[in-house]
Amino acid sequence: MSTVADQTRPAREEPWTGPLLDVRNLHVEFRTRDGVVRAVNGVNYSVAAGETLAVLGESGSGKSVTAQAIMGILDMPPAAIPEGEILYRGRDMLKMSKEERRKIRGQKIAMIFQDALSSLNPVLPVGFQLGEMYRAHRGSNRKEAKAKAIELMDRVRIPAARERVGDYPHQFSGGMRQRIMIAMALALEPDLIIADEPTTALDVTVQAQVMDLLAELQAEYHMGLILITHDLGVVADVADKIAVMYAGRIVETAPVHDLYARPAHPYTRGLLDSIPRLDQKGQELYAIKGLPPNLLRIPPGCAFNPRCPRAQEICRHEVPPLAQVTEDDGTPVAGRGSACFFWKETLHDG
Amino acid sequence: MTVNGATPLGATTPEEVAFAQEVRRGEPILEVRDLRKHFPLTRGVLFKKQVGAVKAVDGVSFDLMQGETLGIVGESGCGKSTLAKVLMNLEPASAGSVKYKGEEISRLSGSALKAVRRNIQMVFQDPYTSLNPRMTVGDIIGEPFEIHPEVAPKGDRRKAVQDLLDVVGLNPEYINRYPHQFSGGQRQRIGIARGLALKPEIIICDEPVSALDVSVQAQVINLLEQLQAEFELSYMFIAHDLSIVRHISDRVGVMYLGRMVEIGSDLEIYDHATHPYTQALLSAVPVPDPTARESRDRIVLVGDVPSPAKPPSGCRFRTRCWKAQEKCEREDPALTAREWLEGRARHDSACHFAAERENI
Repeated sequence: MSTVADQTRPAREEPWTGPLLDVRNLHVEFRTRDGVVRAVNGVNYSVAAGETLAVLGESGSGKSVTAQAIMGILDMPPAAIPEGEILYRGRDMLKMSKEERRKIRGQKIAMIFQDALSSLNPVLPVGFQLGEMYRAHRGSNRKEAKAKAIELMDRVRIPAARERVGDYPHQFSGGMRQRIMIAMALALEPDLIIADEPTTALDVTVQAQVMDLLAELQAEYHMGLILITHDLGVVADVADKIAVMYAGRIVETAPVHDLYARPAHPYTRGLLDSIPRLDQKGQELYAIKGLPPNLLRIPPGCAFNPRCPRAQEICRHEVPPLAQVTEDDGTPVAGRGSACFFWKETLHDG
Repeated sequence: MTVNGATPLGATTPEEVAFAQEVRRGEPILEVRDLRKHFPLTRGVLFKKQVGAVKAVDGVSFDLMQGETLGIVGESGCGKSTLAKVLMNLEPASAGSVKYKGEEISRLSGSALKAVRRNIQMVFQDPYTSLNPRMTVGDIIGEPFEIHPEVAPKGDRRKAVQDLLDVVGLNPEYINRYPHQFSGGQRQRIGIARGLALKPEIIICDEPVSALDVSVQAQVINLLEQLQAEFELSYMFIAHDLSIVRHISDRVGVMYLGRMVEIGSDLEIYDHATHPYTQALLSAVPVPDPTARESRDRIVLVGDVPSPAKPPSGCRFRTRCWKAQEKCEREDPALTAREWLEGRARHDSACHFAAERENI
């Protein structure tokens, strides 16, 4: 990994042992009439091949903006990236030319959006839109592209793919449309898929089908997966590791089992506690007090301090760094970090 | 500004909770029988002729008891929101009967309808589109008083609105603000205050928290429960989030393709479901516990919900059901307690082969 600089232009698929994607100290801001909205304030995360990272957060936490920055699909301006690196196989994508980035986008890193209906062109058949990937990127002719489109539709298990290849998006159900989006993301066999709330618009029974399919394909192709979601249930089902975001910062990172068993940040703890539990029937639910902050006016110190049951004087002045979480005897727990001055106390709560 | 904290609502031990729930249950306040709502499908511009109908609600019967919360769950397109609209008389019913305290209300009009509507109010899903952006909060919450002036005489209205704001945990000084000055959770509180304005007995909540952030959902659920205890409200709580429905409901009804397929107490439905659709729905819900990942036994349904314009013959779920047999194609199963079932499993379920899932 130390020879990153020497390897900048590998001659075709040099074996890469580091993380596929490494986001370092990423900042994204939007310059609006009302002032600068700091949507992402120093995010660090990485994903390896075959690994699933879940980015958990509420609306406005910066989870989607981070993903859009990785994909390079932010409108700049108004957006700007004043600081940070996004390393894909060790190379900073923010320093690449537009042409280089375009080669990565779609071919190496693909994205699945929440709303399949608005992501597909309503006046073109889905087969044409799938085939477009091959025509545009691989120079296939129409016939080849159509054959590939049918193959893709088969792979994401759309029944009667051959007959349905000429159908338009509105002729498919929500779950089927999301399968087409997955097919499109898979078309060029990317290393990494970013799925932004892929099942939020779907019903639970269909959500289960789509998540199963995504997990299966990920294992088959040994891809990295970044799953952006607000649903603690979906995360528990598929993630390997989790990054919890709040007001543009990562407040906790942990392997999936640790996070649910022993959260080390009061925000994570609050989210887990506000899930209705069986033994709480007839009682008041635990609720995190207050509201998520306005990104124009993020509170000084820890952004969570006005809502935090543990907040002390220090929390109102200093921004807590993402500290390594250790066991009681001081041994660091792999992959665990918490941006709370009182993570030790939080860990021992409950 | 907000209602919060984790203090239990009076009852603390499970026995007290059960007792409190028992006491709350009383007479049926709303009796719904074989309710139908069909939207006609027409063809032709000049000479319109009906070529079919979308059977959004197709023969639904249930009772809502005084002071209880009846949860209604189901996937999109199952007719749960249409059911709410028909009960509110926002859409006329195609057939069937709705009785409010024994009085038929589904075909009322004019002043009689107005009087009944006072007692049945609604809280909508989307707090962003259900509040008029050009009206102040005071006007929004006070608007019901314009229609029903007997509830609050003119001079008292401002005070009444401020009281309502206070009840839902908003600062009464916000009375002159506009909806855009509030967050989603606060807007939903405004929607709830409007629903409470006429002191109704029944509130129909259509997905009241699904547009809200996770950390705010719990606040609104707590508010709804507090208000229920304070004003002795009966709720019909429509939602797709099964864990929230379980938390708030005394009884739960499961809908599929315009029909009620299973109905019973929360324990009967969640722990002793006998309809295959309910079982699949429950098993598909992601559990926020990674240790359950390997052990869970999920039923993944094949295919999608059929079109409500062309529902399958017999049992509507048979096209996706793993238990389906020839009988299911011929005979429409009645919503009734099957005699071969015992204990909590014996509750109303519309399946010819109703049975609990075997635990593995």
